Amino acid sequence: MSLATLKSLRARRFVAMLVKETRQILRDPSTFLIAFLLPVMLLFLMGYGVNFDSSRSHIGLVVQDDSADARSLAAAYQNSRYFDVRATGAMAELAPQLVADRIRGIIVIPQNFGRDVARGGGTIQIITDGSLPNMASFIAAYAEGVRASWAMARAQDRGRAVTPPIGVSARFWFNPELASRNFLVPGSIAVVITMIGSLLTALVVAREWERGTMEALMATPIGMGEFLLTKVIPYFLLGLVSMTLCTMLAITVFGVPLRGSPLALLLIASVYLVPALGQGLLISAAFKNQFVASQVALLTTFLPTMLLSGFIFEISSMPKPLQLLTYIVPARYLIPQLQTVFIAGDDWGLFLPDMAVLLVFGFLLFLLCVRATKRRIA
Amino acid sequence: MIFPRPNLTRLRAMIIKEIWSILRDPRARLILIAPPLMQLFIFGFASTMEVNNIRVGVLDLDHGQWSREIVERLEGSPNVREVVSLASDADLRRAIDTQQVIAALRFDQRFSADVSAGRGGVIGAVYDGRRSNAAQIVSGYVERIVGEVGASVPRPGGRMLISGTGGGSVVTHWFNPNLHFLWFVMPSLIAIIAAVSSLSVVSQSVARERELGTFDQLMVSPLRTHEILIGKMVPPMLIGLANVTLFVILVPTVFGVPLTGSLPLFYFALLFYLLALTGIGMLISSVSATQQQGFLGMFAVSVPMIILSGYASPIDNMPPWLQAVTAVNPARWFVSIAEGVFLKAMPLRVILSNTWPIMLIAAATMTAASALFRSRLE
Repeated sequence: MSLATLKSLRARRFVAMLVKETRQILRDPSTFLIAFLLPVMLLFLMGYGVNFDSSRSHIGLVVQDDSADARSLAAAYQNSRYFDVRATGAMAELAPQLVADRIRGIIVIPQNFGRDVARGGGTIQIITDGSLPNMASFIAAYAEGVRASWAMARAQDRGRAVTPPIGVSARFWFNPELASRNFLVPGSIAVVITMIGSLLTALVVAREWERGTMEALMATPIGMGEFLLTKVIPYFLLGLVSMTLCTMLAITVFGVPLRGSPLALLLIASVYLVPALGQGLLISAAFKNQFVASQVALLTTFLPTMLLSGFIFEISSMPKPLQLLTYIVPARYLIPQLQTVFIAGDDWGLFLPDMAVLLVFGFLLFLLCVRATKRRIA
Repeated sequence: MIFPRPNLTRLRAMIIKEIWSILRDPRARLILIAPPLMQLFIFGFASTMEVNNIRVGVLDLDHGQWSREIVERLEGSPNVREVVSLASDADLRRAIDTQQVIAALRFDQRFSADVSAGRGGVIGAVYDGRRSNAAQIVSGYVERIVGEVGASVPRPGGRMLISGTGGGSVVTHWFNPNLHFLWFVMPSLIAIIAAVSSLSVVSQSVARERELGTFDQLMVSPLRTHEILIGKMVPPMLIGLANVTLFVILVPTVFGVPLTGSLPLFYFALLFYLLALTGIGMLISSVSATQQQGFLGMFAVSVPMIILSGYASPIDNMPPWLQAVTAVNPARWFVSIAEGVFLKAMPLRVILSNTWPIMLIAAATMTAASALFRSRLE
């Protein structure tokens, strides 16, 4: 046989395998579930269910003073768009409601408040439910804000305008309305790509190992590298399709901007899929058992993408050992790219170094895969 | 759900068989214990809403007394790791764009002169809105420092300005005075990890037997349907109970979270919580023909369960229709109970009001699961 026919034979074999793998994946109902249903569900949950922008916290109000100032401050809380005053009354009635999660804070306007205000003072008491620390600091800050602007307005009414000696004019670039949805939804796309690239791949290929069909395929004259490629390429395409679906949802349903170019987004996702697929394959090759592979994939790919990637929790705030651990989490290099391409725009100075790291990860993982697979055969 | 009286000898044999089938594989055994522990530690330390070790950029065109004062305070702040000195507006833009800094302060030439003259100096603050949640927290830090420096500015007449308008507020955080995020995370993690680990065991149990074909052997054995069902449910509940007990020991001792409420009440609620989880897991398992479907079903159920539990972000922040949906999520109720028992010394009445929804969920899922299970058998 000439070299040319050998080559074309090889190409045909490769294509035939690819077609077989693709058909197999498309026939599997779990593909549809994990590539379309779960991503859409996750996006909706993140879009509607997770919200760090506290809106109208439920509070209770204790007014122990009968002066006009006390009543007017109480009205300021009743009318505030940050608070929903659920209960008023004595402290003894409101405290159990704080224990029962019905209200998250209590504001006490004490006796003699009116007298103190007239003398240039007037201190209120703010009690929060510390079992929700985030909301507690929000309530403390905004409750004091309502009081301060009430006091400011009162001073202005009496002709005593006050300019603070130093003011801050704050601007939040890229996301002036400070919608947490704008970073949560792009972050969820990272989780979706990880689900398909690592979780689905690990699960399906582990089943093939468990059933022994993997060894059967290995007996065909196809080369190891080609063989792994035919396994991976369909999932690669599936990942991109699902990412595109999520992006369209993010833009149309959730109003998240895509300020960068679609092409950059596609490239970012493609590069990330390389290590993601590598992880999936490696897990399936290292554990033959489906239950173990699924749990390991959950623990080493899905959860780190959620928790250790900077998606929800700031990496710089974590303890040092955990910070070091995040350097080997591929998603850590994806999240800044996704947030930038969606909210800020194309910034190749930020994209390229991260992409390089991801490709190195991918290369190493595939090397490990080839080794693990060879050992299994031997 | 009314069962005929089970034969205790047969039931015992069935339970022992089930425990063995879970614990037989050494790797599966490890998967039952190691991941929950790892999750407790990694989640516990990773999930922090505090923002620490940040870098802040400063573009100081003023080099005056007050800009230097503010920069020094920033450098001394426990939350700031480094103050990056910026040379120009282009530099500032670059530092934010590449996420080198999360915030940048800009002092113009006249800043200190304006402050000293009592005209009110204004700092231009720019924050990275891509990370809007962290950026908001950082803006809080900046406002506090600026406020403190502002309060120390002598008024033109030589008097110190005590406060803009007089008055103020005293903030008390109940149940968690220093707002340790860990105190919030740990009790809710008990609820979350218990859910994930018991669901992943139960959802596999029937599906695995069906995939391996051993289900038929069970059917021809002298065991009655309800005995098989109980036998399938008891071991996962025992595993859940063991995991939770380990956490209940670790959380106060290793993580220093106070345990203020009643442990018997906690275990009373836990029993129904585990029943509800087992019921949900059995439902998933009964409709799954393969282990893979079982795993995906578990995944599809546990992700929304976690996101809608109040652990990811407060239920109060969700839109009302979604808050209504969370009522059928047992984790939502048990997170409240766990937080309450650990931090709030939650009284019996409130625990009961959070437990009866779990009881209803347990009854409903158990009935549905056993009906499905019977229909599969007959």
